[in-house]
Amino acid sequence: MAEYTAGEMMIVASARQLAGERVCFVGVGPPNIACNLAKRTIAPHLELVYESGVFGSAPARLPLSIGDPTLVTGSLQVTNMFDLFAFYLQAGLIDVGFLAASQIDRYGNINTTVIGDYARPKVRLPGSGGACEMAINCKKVFVIMPQSKRSFVEHIDFTTSPGHLSGTRPAGWGAGPTVVVTELGVYGFDGRTGEMELASLHAGVTLDEARDNTGWSLRVADDLSETPPPTEVELRLIREELDPEGAYTR
Amino acid sequence: MPEAGKVVSMHDAVADLVRDGDTVAIEGFTHLICFAAGHEIIRQRKRDLTLCRLTPDVIYDQMIGAGVARKLVFSWLGNPGVGSLHAIRRRVERADPEPLEIEEYSHFGMVCRYVAGASRLPFFPIRSYYESDLPKANPRIVPIRSPYGDETVYAVPPLNPDVAIVHAQRADASGDAQIWGLLGCQKEAAFAADRVIVVCEDLVDESAIRADPNRTVIPGLIVDAVVVQPKACHPSYAQGYYDRDNRFYLDWDAIARDAQLLDAWLKEWVFDLQTHADYVQKLGAERWGALVPGEAWSEPVNYGRYE
Repeated sequence: MAEYTAGEMMIVASARQLAGERVCFVGVGPPNIACNLAKRTIAPHLELVYESGVFGSAPARLPLSIGDPTLVTGSLQVTNMFDLFAFYLQAGLIDVGFLAASQIDRYGNINTTVIGDYARPKVRLPGSGGACEMAINCKKVFVIMPQSKRSFVEHIDFTTSPGHLSGTRPAGWGAGPTVVVTELGVYGFDGRTGEMELASLHAGVTLDEARDNTGWSLRVADDLSETPPPTEVELRLIREELDPEGAYTR
Repeated sequence: MPEAGKVVSMHDAVADLVRDGDTVAIEGFTHLICFAAGHEIIRQRKRDLTLCRLTPDVIYDQMIGAGVARKLVFSWLGNPGVGSLHAIRRRVERADPEPLEIEEYSHFGMVCRYVAGASRLPFFPIRSYYESDLPKANPRIVPIRSPYGDETVYAVPPLNPDVAIVHAQRADASGDAQIWGLLGCQKEAAFAADRVIVVCEDLVDESAIRADPNRTVIPGLIVDAVVVQPKACHPSYAQGYYDRDNRFYLDWDAIARDAQLLDAWLKEWVFDLQTHADYVQKLGAERWGALVPGEAWSEPVNYGRYE
C-alpha cells in the first residue's frame, strides 16, 4: 500500500463524503482540495460555489484564496456577493457547505471568533465571514478541522456558527453539520440527540487516541469502521494536480 | 485622449475627499483592493478614521498599524490563505499601542448593510445570526418579527460611508467604471457613500464604455474623482492585468508580527516614496513580470443598432 500523510487522509475522507452531491460551497485550504478531488473522482457533476461570487468554478490551479482569479476564468457565472448570498445560499440552492472550526462542541456548534472573552480576547480569530449564514442555510454542513482537547471542547468560548444547538435545530434551517473530518477519523451526528459520534478511525489511529483528543465523553458508533485508505488515483491527483507543493497535505 | 473631466492625482483625491474622522470603505473582495489609496491615506497622516471592509486584508493591517484609524467595521479578519493580521490583533488583544474599537458582522450582514445604505433603507432583513453569539457581541444586529407572519429575521443597519474608494480595470473621465472578475460589493458600497473615488488601470474614452454598457458597475453620476493609477492593487490583483503577489502576503506575516519591522516597512515603502509609480518602480520589472497572466478573451456580443 502507498504511504500517505494524515493531511492526505483528511482530504480524501472529506472528498468521498461528496459522492452524489451537486452544489457545494467551498472554503479555502483543505476543503478546496477536497472539493476539487471529488469533482475529479466520485462527483464529476459537482458545481463549486465560492462566497466571493463564483458559481460553477473550474480552477486551473490550486486557488491561493477564495478570491483567486483562477476561480473566475472559465466559470459559469460571476456575480456580486449579494446575489450569491441571497439567491444561492439563503434561497436554499447550496447542498453542502464546508466550514473550518477553531473550536467545536459535541453538538457541532462552532467557534471561529475568539479564544477567551470577546471584549478582551486571549486570541482574536478571524470571525464569521460567511460561516454563520452558511451554518443556517446550507442543506448540510461538513467540517474539516484538526482535532485536540483544545479544539474538541466541552464548551466553546463563542458561538459563531450554530450546529445542533443543545440537540435539535429549528424548523426551516438546513440539516446542519452531518460530517466532521479530522486527522484521526470521521464523525457523524446521531439523528435523535444531535450528538457527534465517531463513525470511522483512519488506519493506524486507536480509539484511545480519538478519546484522548476529545474534551467530552466521546460517543462511538455501534458499527465503528476503519476509514478506507487513499487509493493510488486519489494520491496521484492530490500530489500532481491539486496540491503539488504539499501546502495542505504534507 | 479623453477629456480631463474628474481626473486628478491620487494625492489630490485623498487630500480633497478623505477627511480626519471620516468613515472610509476601500472595498474589493480579494480582487481590486486599492492599496495605492490606502498608502496615500497613510502618507497624508489622516487620523481617527472608521475603516469598513468585509475583509480588512493586509491593506487595513498596514493602515491600522500606521495609526490612521480608531475603529474597524468588518466580517472576516485574516490574511487570506496565510493567517492573521497581526497589527490589528495587537490592538484588539492588547490595546497595543492603543485600543481599536470594533464592530463585527458576517459577510452577508456587511453586504446587506451596504445594500440598505445604497437604497436609503433604515435596515435590511436577513436569515442569519439565529442562535449565534454575534448579536450579543454587536447589539446593532437585532431580531425583528415579519409584518406578514410569524417568522423572525435579523436586521442589520445601513452603512453609509463618507467615502468609498473602488478600483476598476477601466473608467472614463467622468468616472463611469467597468469591472470584470469578482465584483464583491463595490457597487453597493459606492452607491451607499457620500463621496466616491474611482481608481482605474486604464482611462478610456466614453465611447468604449458606451460600447459595452452591461459591464459598467459604477456610473460617473455618483463619482467625485477619477485617479488613473495602473498597478494600484498590488499585492492584490486585477483580473486580466496582474495576479495576486502571494509572496507579499506571506512576507507580510513576519513584518506585521513586529511593530518595529512594520514601522520600517512603512518608512521604506510608503513615507519615503512620493507616489505609487515610485512603489511600482521599486518593486522592479522582474517581480512584476512574474505576475502578468496569459490571455483568455471573451467572445464579443452584439448589442444591435436600433436607429
